Amino acid sequence: MIAQQLINGVMLGSIYVLVGVSFTLAIGILNFLNFSIPGLFMVGGMVTWVMLTGGWHWAFAIGAALAAAALVSLAVEQLSYRRTRGADPEVPLVSSLGFLVLLENLALLGVGSDQQAFPSLLGDFNFRIGGLVIGAAQAISLVVTFLLVIGLSIVLGRTNLGRQIRAIAESRSTAVLLGVDVGRLVPKIFVLTAMFTALGGVMFALSYLQVSPFMGEGVGFKGVAAMIIGGMGSVWGAVIGGLIIGVIEVGSIWAFGADTVNIAVYGSLLALLILRPHGLFGRPAIREKL
Amino acid sequence: MSGYQTGVLIILCFNIMAAYAVYLPLVAGQLNLGIAGFMAIGAYTAAYLTTETGWPLAAALPMGGAAAGAIALVVAIPILRTHGIYLALATFALGQVISAVFLNLEVVGAAAGYQVPLYAPPIAVYAMTAAVVLFVVALSQTRFTLYLTAIKNDRLVADLLGLRVRALQVAAFTIGAVIAGIGGGLYAHHFSFIEAQHFSVSLSIYTVLYVLLGGTQTVWGPLVGAIFFSLAPELLRAGESWRYVLFAALIVAFMAVRPQGLVTPTGIRALFRAVGRRAATSRVRS
Repeated sequence: MIAQQLINGVMLGSIYVLVGVSFTLAIGILNFLNFSIPGLFMVGGMVTWVMLTGGWHWAFAIGAALAAAALVSLAVEQLSYRRTRGADPEVPLVSSLGFLVLLENLALLGVGSDQQAFPSLLGDFNFRIGGLVIGAAQAISLVVTFLLVIGLSIVLGRTNLGRQIRAIAESRSTAVLLGVDVGRLVPKIFVLTAMFTALGGVMFALSYLQVSPFMGEGVGFKGVAAMIIGGMGSVWGAVIGGLIIGVIEVGSIWAFGADTVNIAVYGSLLALLILRPHGLFGRPAIREKL
Repeated sequence: MSGYQTGVLIILCFNIMAAYAVYLPLVAGQLNLGIAGFMAIGAYTAAYLTTETGWPLAAALPMGGAAAGAIALVVAIPILRTHGIYLALATFALGQVISAVFLNLEVVGAAAGYQVPLYAPPIAVYAMTAAVVLFVVALSQTRFTLYLTAIKNDRLVADLLGLRVRALQVAAFTIGAVIAGIGGGLYAHHFSFIEAQHFSVSLSIYTVLYVLLGGTQTVWGPLVGAIFFSLAPELLRAGESWRYVLFAALIVAFMAVRPQGLVTPTGIRALFRAVGRRAATSRVRS
């Protein structure tokens, strides 16, 4: 029974992993707590749903969702990030929150506030291993998540793009001196975070078969918690953090009931911040962030 | 005044109190993303005291403020060892935990909400709001606020100049929480009913939005921001369901065009100069 809960927790956690990784990329590289990420998550799930109900093939529907998220993220880069450099550090955060409110209300206008049933693309197919049940959609999410994160690690560690990204994460001005074209690189990072987040939204819709204008909030904020628990700026930290959050959530529902989820998740976040502020795998901040 | 106008004005008052609660720590560069949690503590504490133990409002409100302040102190002291973003996220987590705790607390009605029979009339809300504004404005004339600004601009230099940086930050954060707690207590008694969902993340987030929209460089910024944010959705009411879309678009546009906020010291000086010039020319004409 506990093993089944653990599996459920890891499956749920894989959704938080993608969002947590997006947050950690934005913080670690751009020093930007990007609160439009929950909105991008919603765009991912919602646009896919709209296209699917419009009769599109699932691959095109997901592609359209990713494209929409990328466009929104570029707008966030232009208006929330670029235009507010040099202002108080809270300003980009607030501006990106404005985008979250904007996206949610646009979705609200389009489809109303109800939960919408997402069509089950994989049928009712489950794996059964030794008495444990694993949903096919959840298993696919988990695998895709890990492939994406491994891919991201390779990109960051091995490629020229990754070297440039790590250079501006370390020191923006030094990177500029070394010939990194920051003006062209930053939009790429925004598109990258949008891809991760929107895919998270698509997988959430596939796994839990529902979308709503506010689907990003709960997941997005737990993604922040995942990022903090793992340590800001650490990609694999965010992965572990997301899985931990998933397990805590499922475990607390199992042990104490659904009302205690927020106490358990955010309580552990708070405790961790007090005991070990830089997270499980993060280094203490050398530069001041925010 | 019509009931509608009074209603809008009351909302404005609560927004102003919440705005100043966020503003004070923000002057020192500390972002509080959990103001709703502190309001909830004040609201539930004060409501419990008047309802269950028969305290008068005048005694229950300060107790609500004190309870919120105590929690803020307990959180801020360990968290402020590190830098701003951790505090912001700790307050965010704290807000979520507080709201979830009240959602499960049977003595104050849990998910069903809590009835508060003692009623605070509008005049009490106006008076308390005026008192909060006067208090923060008076505080802005003291060295305390000057020190906070110094910490925000460069904490290292502030430290080298002998300011007790952490103590000042904790103080600003705690005073902000006390204001939020008092506001929350008043909220409970004016609306006669509270439930945990009232004190949600969105409330905290909206409050931060209007403080930054107004600008944190002067003490008047939060006031202007709160007024704008409380009245703009009402004025946009004509657009009905579009109004929050317009409203959010306004936030993004304002932040892009004027990241320092609507009210800045140079802006105020320019305004005074313009008014002075107009007064001077009108004197010449007459």
